[in-house]
Amino acid sequence: MNILLAGLITGILFGFFLQKGRVLRYDKQLGALRLKDFIIVKFMLSHIIVAMIGVYLLYDLGLVKLSIKPAIVGGVALGGLLFGVGWALLGYCPGTSLGALGEGRWDALWGILGMLVGAGLYAEAYPFMKATVLTWGNFGKITIPQALGINHWLVIGLVVAAAAYLLFIIEKHEQKEPAA
Amino acid sequence: MQEGKGWNPYLAGGLSGIVSILSVWVTGHYLGASTTFVRASGMVEKIFAPEKLTQLEYFVRHAPKIDWQFMVVIGIMIGAFAAAVTSGSFRLQAVPDMWRERFGPSVAKRAAVAFVGGIIALFGVRLADGCPSGHGLSGALQLAVSGYIALIAFFVGGVIVARIIYGKGDEK
Repeated sequence: MNILLAGLITGILFGFFLQKGRVLRYDKQLGALRLKDFIIVKFMLSHIIVAMIGVYLLYDLGLVKLSIKPAIVGGVALGGLLFGVGWALLGYCPGTSLGALGEGRWDALWGILGMLVGAGLYAEAYPFMKATVLTWGNFGKITIPQALGINHWLVIGLVVAAAAYLLFIIEKHEQKEPAA
Repeated sequence: MQEGKGWNPYLAGGLSGIVSILSVWVTGHYLGASTTFVRASGMVEKIFAPEKLTQLEYFVRHAPKIDWQFMVVIGIMIGAFAAAVTSGSFRLQAVPDMWRERFGPSVAKRAAVAFVGGIIALFGVRLADGCPSGHGLSGALQLAVSGYIALIAFFVGGVIVARIIYGKGDEK
């Protein structure tokens, strides 16, 4: 299949489920960050659990490859924190901003314009980052099973158990205090 | 408050996970979104300052072209539109409800904060080398160490700033 067409279909399906799951909205994203509304956490954990099991099954069958980003602690942690700051101000992330626009929440447009500027600024700053932050704590393209030296299904079991426990706490909490 | 009809988030999240699996299986690509903003930004710079583009290593690495992920990002908008229309939840809205309750109906105020937030968010996400899709979903599902560090950092930064701008906010 044409790779661009495959991308478009993937995006349409992903955007469709994001919207049906109601996770595209500013109120839901800020609801999660204010620890009031956990719909995004439920959506993300469901996605991760299903896809993790599916991808590792295919991986064991030799049908897919993993594509791991390097664990550069300086860049990932500092950049991640900075992203969190911007995320709380904007209320959308790069993928959901386009989805929000698609469902009519056009304040996402200001965020999209800001993100284009942010990308340009990062391109300017990249030589500096490459010489500093991106050299801090580089552990390479490593997975948790590799780091621990254990079978990946053991880690998958632990992640599923941890996610199930977190979701159980959230559901219990919501029974006491229903989300608005 | 009328939220519009939606699906159970576990169902919608699980189905989106199947999309992830199929995408990896059929095309070999894992979901992500933020590189597309770099490519699109490069396209804009190409119009206004074409000579700069060849000087910046980052734009050379992420050339301004339409690739698989670029189409995904466009597709997300189309898919969200289709889903919103079919469930009657499409709504043109300039200021989100939660924002309005806290900061009032000013479109300019919302635009300014969203714009600045967008700049910070994308700068941070490129430094981290991935967004909630690339790190948070695709990284986490592959059990990448980087994905879990990023996911924690995203929420720590976000929760702190959400607390600063909304206060403790136990009242609605």
